[in-house]
This record gives sequence, structure tokens and C-alpha cells, in this order.
Amino acid sequence: MADITHTAPTEDRQARRINWGAVSDHAVLIAGALFMMAPLVMLIQMSTIPDAEIMQTGPSLEIGNQFWPNVKKALLGAMSFSGEDTGLSMFRSSMILGLGFAVGKIVISMLAAYAIVYFRLRFATFAFWLIFTTLLLPLEVRIVPSYEVTQKLGLLNTYGGLIIPLIASATATFFFRQFFLSVPDELVEAARIDGAGPVKFFIDILVPLSQTMIAAIFIIMFVFGWNQYLWPTMITTDESKYTLVQGIKQITQSLEGTHIPEFGRSNLLAVLAVLPPVAVVIFFQRWFVKGLTESDK
Amino acid sequence: MAKLTLSQVGKTYAAGSQAAVSGVDIDIADGEFIVLVGPSGCGKSTLLRMVAGLETVTEGEIRIGDRLVNHVDPADRDIAMVFQNYALYPHMTVRGNMAYGLKNRGESRQAINDRVEQAARMLELTPYLDRKPRALSGGQRQRVAMGRAIVREPAAFLFDEPLSNLDAKLRVTMRGEIRKLQRRLGTTSLYVTHDQLEAMTLADRLVVLNGGKVEQIGAPLEVYNNPASTFVAAFIGSPAMNLLDAQVEGGTLMVEGHRLAQVARDAGPVTVGLRPEDLVLSTSGLPLRIDYVEELGAQRIIHGFIGDQPAAVADGSPDAPLSDIVHVTAARADIHLFDTTTGKRMDLPAETQIAEATA
Repeated sequence: MADITHTAPTEDRQARRINWGAVSDHAVLIAGALFMMAPLVMLIQMSTIPDAEIMQTGPSLEIGNQFWPNVKKALLGAMSFSGEDTGLSMFRSSMILGLGFAVGKIVISMLAAYAIVYFRLRFATFAFWLIFTTLLLPLEVRIVPSYEVTQKLGLLNTYGGLIIPLIASATATFFFRQFFLSVPDELVEAARIDGAGPVKFFIDILVPLSQTMIAAIFIIMFVFGWNQYLWPTMITTDESKYTLVQGIKQITQSLEGTHIPEFGRSNLLAVLAVLPPVAVVIFFQRWFVKGLTESDK
Repeated sequence: MAKLTLSQVGKTYAAGSQAAVSGVDIDIADGEFIVLVGPSGCGKSTLLRMVAGLETVTEGEIRIGDRLVNHVDPADRDIAMVFQNYALYPHMTVRGNMAYGLKNRGESRQAINDRVEQAARMLELTPYLDRKPRALSGGQRQRVAMGRAIVREPAAFLFDEPLSNLDAKLRVTMRGEIRKLQRRLGTTSLYVTHDQLEAMTLADRLVVLNGGKVEQIGAPLEVYNNPASTFVAAFIGSPAMNLLDAQVEGGTLMVEGHRLAQVARDAGPVTVGLRPEDLVLSTSGLPLRIDYVEELGAQRIIHGFIGDQPAAVADGSPDAPLSDIVHVTAARADIHLFDTTTGKRMDLPAETQIAEATA
């Protein structure tokens, strides 16, 4: 009895003790998350009320009945005579661009890094630094010659033209090079004794080992490709090849003056444009952190 | 299974630079366990890697069986190698790791499975076959690496310091397992280590390397009892052999002015080698000024100086009291003589008899 009465209060006190440090950490994080989400919530709110009302009141707390009509307009409605630049077709173009970008860059840069690290090439280091210096020449600097080359190859208005000219990546090559350098030499030697030639070693050993690295690069490159604006604007005049990021701009721009801008529709397209990158990050998050921080060896 | 022949094998990395390995001649009989031993940088790993085909051979010939393999690809040399850090494929299961080489050789699925299962049974790895190397302990990983070598049923096993990543206790156990396994399989083995104890316990024959050259080849006891040079004398045996500067004066071997033994040699300086375990405490002999004593339980190692030269004595009676200066002697048969300039062993059989007759 004496024991029970003695221990009970201390247990209570322990249970009631609040870890103020954790509370404040979470408060800051929650506040930050809300702050970041606010624009998105506002976009969705605005898409539920008629466009004319937005012109008068701006964002409000009111939730209207225009959401579904706006969704339909955003996904299926076209804003040009051709009628080919619907939300869905633009989504498809963006998806092809994003995926093509990410996959292409991973394949090319892995092969480049493989060559630089594992083969006794003349001037391998020089080649690597040459690739690296291209970081100093972003697309914007070389856009005129890039356009000319693409045009001469007849790649205007094709997915190939959207993807291939931008497919070389110094950043990804660099990341893969660093990763390959950290793979123990004995693994290569063991594979050689096991009779794995260069292609087998690459496919059987190196690619599986690079999984987390590939996932991390995939996220970065997918989002990068998805968000391209300048290059698609230059290359595509065919409306069926428009990307979402281009399309949003088109809506707000082309309808200004003559009509009330279609806020609801463009807002929903903006939300649609945000979703895939968010999905990719959420899906690959675990791999992403692992790939950039720890080595799995 | 096959014999392994190295003749005049050498390796020079860059033209004009010093040879990493030179003039190595070793004949390894079928089923023999050969240990290459030497300090780091002596070229033992380079030599092993040349046999494996991971380094090019710049001089001489390497034959596995009767086949010259200088320019044969590692995979086609019919060898298997166990690496220091195991070099297991981290993304494959134990089964996958062992099967990979066989798969690349195009063996049938059934044959691969049988051999992997058999090797796993032999190494007690059966419960772990579907685990990844990450989920295994150091000793188990070591066994997987051995399993990967065994399933290939090669002409020769090559071991590159396979135990140096294990803790001391496990190392002793694995040492025994490797020895037993090699005996059972009867596969010719070439084993590299810097640990002289490992070398002594495992080898049928030792190859002591120094600076890329072979210092001595012989059975462990032969090398221990008759070291061919001061280098081998100091390297093999623990605690290391005492090497003292001495003089021969009128048929008497003198160390720091004290008489040690009678030798039939011309007068002049010699290096005398005395194993700590061969030195006996006595009332007369060389005076040893005690510096410190290491107690090992069954014996103690007395470290001190004879004149100005450091020396150690292994004393088998650790309970006896010690004074500051003790006297040590050695039987004539336990005294090794080396040339002071070349470091080569110099006693002759005839001389030993004379010394014994006069003593």
C-alpha cells in the first residue's frame, strides 16, 4: 500500500510533463507548412467562385459552386481555334517532357560517369572538367545557337526537340561520378573474376547499387524538366505540344482586355501543374534523402 | 586443381621506376597451401593480384597447370579470390552472391543451385542464403566470400588478407576453418598476409618477401629454425629475434666484450641472432640490464640491454625474483650467425660440429 501511494503521484507528474521543446518545434513547422500552403488553398478557393466576382472582391473565404464547371473547362476546354491545347493534352506534354528529361538525363549521365570513372581513357579528367564547365553555360546563354541546331535537325514541334537538346547534364554526371568513385575497387575486381564484362558489371552491379542515387537525380531532373518554360516556348508552336507551364501563361495573357480573365480555370491548371512534382517528391522522398546523404555499401 | 608455377615474375609500374616485384620463382605443388608473408609494401599483394590477373605481368611467366596465363582474362584463369573487405555484392542475397560467377559462366540453373546449397552446407550458411550481406556479421560475410570461391571449383584459391577485418578471436577461429576447408577440398591455395602468426599456422610452405624479392621459401618450422637472413629472422617469430652486433676473436664469439660461444670463423664482426625463447637465465653469460618486464601469465618477457643493445628474453618461470642485472646464455645450436653487411645466414654444418666439439 505504502508503495502504491508513493509511486502514483510521480507517475502522474511524468505523464503530465510537456516537452515544450518539441511543442515549439512542431508549432514552427506547422506554421511554416500552413504559410506555404496558403497560396494553394487560395487558388482552389478562387476557382470555386465566378470569375467576375473575383474581379470585384479578390480572394475571400467564400466557397462557391463553380468548382466542377471550372475543372471541366480546365481539363477539357481549349483556348485556341485548333482546340488542341486542352488541359489534359498539356498535362500529357508536360509529363512526356518531365519523364523524358529525367530518364534521358539519368541514362546519359550514368554512361558518361561510367566511362570517366571505370575506363582508362585518355584525357578522362579533362573530359570530366569540360563537362563540368558547361554548368557555366546555362540554356539562356546559348539559346540562339541551340534553337538553330534544333531547327536544322527538323526537331521543332516534336517531343524529341523538347527533350534531346537539353539532355546532357553536368550536375547528374558529377553526382554519378562521385558515387562511382566511392564504390570499392574490389567490387569491380570480384566482378571481373566472376566473369562480368563491362556491360554486365554496369547492369548487374552498378545500376542496382545506384538505385538511391538514381531516385534522387530522378526527382531533381523531373521537377526541372516539368518546370521548363523558355525552351518549350521556343520550340513548340504546335498547340498540341504545349506544356502546362506554357498553357497557364497563355490563358491569363490571351484573354486579358477583351474578356474577364478566366481565373478559375487558370488557377486549376496551376494546381494541376503543381501536383506531379509534389507526387514525385512524396513518393521518392525516402530514397531522396538516402541517396543524397548515406551510402549503401 | 592444378599446380601453380611462377618463374622470374616481376612487376614494374612505370618505365624507369623501381620494380614492385622482381625475379620471383615459386613452384607450388597441386593442393599445397602457400602463404606469402612480408611487411606492407613488400609486393605480396601485387604478386597475388598478378596471379589473379588483376595486374599485368611485366616480366616472367605465370602458369596455372601447364597453361601460360600471363595474358588470360581473370575470369578464364580458373581461379577464385577472397578479398580483404570480402567485396560481396551488397544488393544481392547470399545465394545471389555465390551464384553470380556461375551464372555468368552459363551453368544450368540446377547445377548452380546444387553447388550453392552444397557450399552453404559446408560453411553453415544455409539459414542465411536469402539474406543480404548487410544483415550478416563479419565472420558470416567472410564465409560467404569463401563460399563464392568454393562454388567455382577453381584450380586455385587466392586469399588477399582475408582475416584482417575480423576481431582477434574470430580471426583464430576462421584461420582454423580455412585450414580445414583447404585440406578437405585439396585445392591449391595462395594466401597473402602480413601476420607472421597466421602465416606460420596456415602454411605448408612460407614465402617471405621483402622489397619485392623472395627472402626465403620453406616450411614454417624450417624458416623459423633456419632463417636465411636477418630480415626473415626478425620477421618470423614473436617476440622478434634479438639481433646483436658481435665480434669473432680467436675462435670465440664475443658480444659487448662477453664470451658467448666457440665458433670456427675468421676474426671479424658478425651479427648474432638469439631467439628470446632460446635464451636461458643463468649465473654466467651475457649480462642483461633489465629495462622492463612484460607479464604474460605462463611466461614473462624481460626487456633490457646487453651493453647498449636492446634484447628480450622469454622467461618460463615468472615467479622467480629478478635482480637489476641478469645473465643469459644460449645453446650453440640456438645461436644464429649472419653476415653483418649482407644480412645473410652464414653458419655451415661442419662449423656447428666443431663448435660443439670444442665447447
